[in-house]
Amino acid sequence: MKREEQISRNLDWVTVLIYILCVVAGWLNIYAAIYNPEHPIWIFDDGFFDTNSGKQLIWIGTTVLLIIAILVIDHRFYDTFAFPIYGFFLFMLLAVLVVGTEVKGSHSWFRIGSFQLQPAEFSKMATCLALAKYLSTPLTNLSRFKDQLNVAIIIAIPPILILASNETGVALVFASFLILLYREGLPGMYPAIFLAVVTLFILSLIFEEWQIYIGLAVVSALVVWAMPRYERKTKNILAILGVAFCMGLFVTGVDWAINNVLKEHQRNRIRVLVDPDFDRKKTGYNVRQAKIAIGSGGLLGKGYLQGTQTKFDFVPEQSTDFIFCTVGEEFGFVGSLTVVGLFIGLMLRLIYLADRQKSRFARVYGYGVVSIIFFHFLVNIGMTIGLMPVIGIPLPFFSYGGSSLWSFSILLFIFLKLDAHRSQMLSRW
Amino acid sequence: MDEIRKRFIQGFIILIAILYIGRLFYLQVIDETYKLDAQNNAIRKIVQVPFRGLIYDRNKKLIVYNTPVYDLYITPKKAHVQDTLKFCRLFDITRSEFDSLTHLARIYSPVRPSLFLRQLSKEEYARVQDAMVDYPGFSFQISSLRTYQSKGMANALGYVGEISPERLLKEQEKGNEYYRQGDYVGVTGLERFYEDELRGQRGEKYVMVNSRGVEKGAFKNGEFDREPVAGKNLISSVDIALQDYADSLMQHKVGSVVAIEPSSGEILAMVSAPTYDPSKLSGRTFSKYFQTLNLDPLHPLINRPPSAYYRPGSTFKLIQALIGLQLGVISPSTGFGHAGVPMKCHCGGTSSSIQLGIKNSCNPYFYNVFKRIIYNNKEQNLFKKSAVGLQRWNDMASKFGIGQELGIDLPNETKGKLPSVEYYDKVYKGPLRWKFSNIYSVGIGEGEIVINPLKMANVAAIIANRGWYVRPHLVKGINEIGNIDNKYKEHISAGIDRRHFEPVIEGMVGAVNAGTVAAEARLSDIQICGKTGTSQNKHGQDHAIFIAFAPRENPKIAIAVFIENAGFGGTHSAPIASLCIEKYLKGKVERKAMETRWMNKSYLANVLSAKSASAKPNKEVKATAEKDSTIEDYQLRNLKEELFKLDQVNKPKAPAFKIPMQPEAVLPKNQKITSKKIH
Repeated sequence: MKREEQISRNLDWVTVLIYILCVVAGWLNIYAAIYNPEHPIWIFDDGFFDTNSGKQLIWIGTTVLLIIAILVIDHRFYDTFAFPIYGFFLFMLLAVLVVGTEVKGSHSWFRIGSFQLQPAEFSKMATCLALAKYLSTPLTNLSRFKDQLNVAIIIAIPPILILASNETGVALVFASFLILLYREGLPGMYPAIFLAVVTLFILSLIFEEWQIYIGLAVVSALVVWAMPRYERKTKNILAILGVAFCMGLFVTGVDWAINNVLKEHQRNRIRVLVDPDFDRKKTGYNVRQAKIAIGSGGLLGKGYLQGTQTKFDFVPEQSTDFIFCTVGEEFGFVGSLTVVGLFIGLMLRLIYLADRQKSRFARVYGYGVVSIIFFHFLVNIGMTIGLMPVIGIPLPFFSYGGSSLWSFSILLFIFLKLDAHRSQMLSRW
Repeated sequence: MDEIRKRFIQGFIILIAILYIGRLFYLQVIDETYKLDAQNNAIRKIVQVPFRGLIYDRNKKLIVYNTPVYDLYITPKKAHVQDTLKFCRLFDITRSEFDSLTHLARIYSPVRPSLFLRQLSKEEYARVQDAMVDYPGFSFQISSLRTYQSKGMANALGYVGEISPERLLKEQEKGNEYYRQGDYVGVTGLERFYEDELRGQRGEKYVMVNSRGVEKGAFKNGEFDREPVAGKNLISSVDIALQDYADSLMQHKVGSVVAIEPSSGEILAMVSAPTYDPSKLSGRTFSKYFQTLNLDPLHPLINRPPSAYYRPGSTFKLIQALIGLQLGVISPSTGFGHAGVPMKCHCGGTSSSIQLGIKNSCNPYFYNVFKRIIYNNKEQNLFKKSAVGLQRWNDMASKFGIGQELGIDLPNETKGKLPSVEYYDKVYKGPLRWKFSNIYSVGIGEGEIVINPLKMANVAAIIANRGWYVRPHLVKGINEIGNIDNKYKEHISAGIDRRHFEPVIEGMVGAVNAGTVAAEARLSDIQICGKTGTSQNKHGQDHAIFIAFAPRENPKIAIAVFIENAGFGGTHSAPIASLCIEKYLKGKVERKAMETRWMNKSYLANVLSAKSASAKPNKEVKATAEKDSTIEDYQLRNLKEELFKLDQVNKPKAPAFKIPMQPEAVLPKNQKITSKKIH
């Protein structure tokens, strides 16, 4: 009894409130996305639980049970069993390759009755725990190569297995741990290189190779010119030229990779980003329709259940990956702003919570949660408004899908559980 | 350092959020194009075609209406035809037609219904209906087909067809945004002239559709929907019984009959021969039938009464007499001899009064009348005299509608030609270079004057009314009688005093009773007042003209009969006019033998030989005549093109035309002799 009192008192209700708002809003939008004005199905009608919104209601119900279980389990469990949990999900990722069912080209689902689970979704949480566990070991230092390597291995194994089951989108999420690592002391060079690579990548899509070469030459000349006289040594100039040369090589490599490594549909998804009119009928179609749906919402939206673009199937995957389109269409800019606001509020709140942790385990885990949610937010909303390539990952708490809802709820509530017990956790270093 | 990195991460997240919010603001609030795109995506306008207005004749008999027909639609995804052969037999289509139709439908959309067969009749529909249970995915939609009760009025009524791209463009340039591609519009005739009244107002229904085009219910509960408004009905002035009768008389002939009620200007009958079956031009048979008509050397698609024009010939002498009397240059008892007149006459001697001049259609008499009209002014110089005289004459003849548009409620009315001072100045390359001796042939309705049969009938109506007319019109009411433009009600003066008509009418009576008109054209109990005319043309036989009105007092009908290449008007046109007058005034025709004979009479051989003659230059014809004939042909050709801008497929050789070899089909040579003799 005493412990439960503590939980309800110490739980961060702000986060819980945001969570509940997200889940409820998500469900309302799923209902709207599949709503058919000719045959509206109400909650009490037959067949309701065969629809996406009906099934999602079941998922929400079971999620509540899961959350209670997480809150009841001793907070030390997660710390202690972090690696076993990680190991378990690695095993599941392997197992799904053997016994899994294929859904839409990806071999990553366990089917239990009419419900499906995707272990890849849960592996994010497991990796997060493992990272927290590893980094909370005394004397780990991310500026050391050995630790960097180990961390890299922990992060890299799940996405490699996930890629094997052809679920590229989820695999990319693991790149988000760079945020966590940066916060935990990874030299700033790594995210800097990462950002530089992404920037160059985008530039190489927009501009011709030779234009970038000229650009690089001009920029390096400017840098040398701007350097104070005493810094202008041969060594430094050579270093700058070396960097510029590497960038040039990278650009060439990108062009080569786009044309030779990426599959056609992946290549097209990237190209659509730069040229919205490219391939309007196929690859461009989704992006265009998503933008039409959101753009037609206007300031206040068309009203709940009044949208035409999403529910009439113009937007693909309207209840899962493109759920934000329903928000944008029916609730307009005000609705989109609210949803973006909810996510920003959640992430900033989580950063605040993470930073007040005494144990490094909890803090690292907290930043891991922020990293994952941020990446989903960045990519999912970004792709519906044409700022990101189409990568099939869900919007946390909003999108239809049990695996997604379960895994994000578990991810979040483990952290809330840890946070609730922060005063009981001793800082180990 | 941790604090800085934390700030960095927070900053990055907030930066992305601001970027996204900015983008969303742009997409949702600033850029309006997506709203339109969304509408084009998901809201479909369904056009509901209104019922086209009906057309009645003057006795309230229905002459144009809409027959329900059934269009067969196929929804490829739902359609399963087990026994294709049986299906094809049922609908009387071939296997390859079936395959191509289903293929086209599938390309269009597998889930949306597309048109499979159009316009199945009620009978066909009844026949296949039972069998349709075996063919899911096929459905019928009712639509309507324009149906014409009477074949005779085809050209006056016109027909309805899909709007041509050119017309669509024209309407849009005029600011008329009503029409869309694929709309049915009146193409010619009344259907075209009264298009705005007949078509009604189309209804619009907005439905929402999903990405595959399947309907998903009304948009905003039908807030923007509009019910179709049916077109207005027309009450035509035509007496369909007379129309059909005149039409049957005009079988095997090329030409026109126009009958007008003089007191109201209402057209009682308007025949353009040869005619065609208008019902065949609305429906599945359209393109095939249209091709046939379009290639027909006799141009059945031209509405001759208001459009084709010819020299009026001797009928024009009536106007000359009236102008002469009005100007006071002759009196009813003025007589002229034949001496010194460069014209032949067949009347044999002297016409001592206007009455006799008309009765005998004396060419020298009217040569002299015209000479007086032209020369009777104060100018001394003959050239100046001619110019002043012609101008005065032109003004007066214009009042009869010659060289003007009468304003009939039909498209493509031709003005015809009334030579003016400017005209001759142009022909003779400068003013004062011509005088009466250059233009005298106009005095007897030959030379440079051309008018259409409608105007000829109108001239008869003016004389019947003793000096005025109402614009001839085919519609006496829209929805109810009298509900028409006021311009079809006003009396227009021909500028001739009433007292001048009696001598002229007296001459017309004489012409019928003892003059140029064939004896069989007389009626024992009704006095017909008429005037014959014979219009020269370069292609062979003269055109036979007869204009008349009856009875003499309180006339009920004015009529013009025009038969191409038939010969002398009194012999070939007058009997037909006489039969029509009898039919209209008595309701039936008692002269059955005469009726049958005229119905069977054929002048097609003359017309066709004239056609073939026109292919070669004919040097024997007078220069003026040749010039005008060219114009006439050119006009006809032009008109044809204007009327029917259909894709000119490589024109095959004109199909061999079957000439019904009637005993009456006189050889051209004989005919020529007869006509010249009596004239």
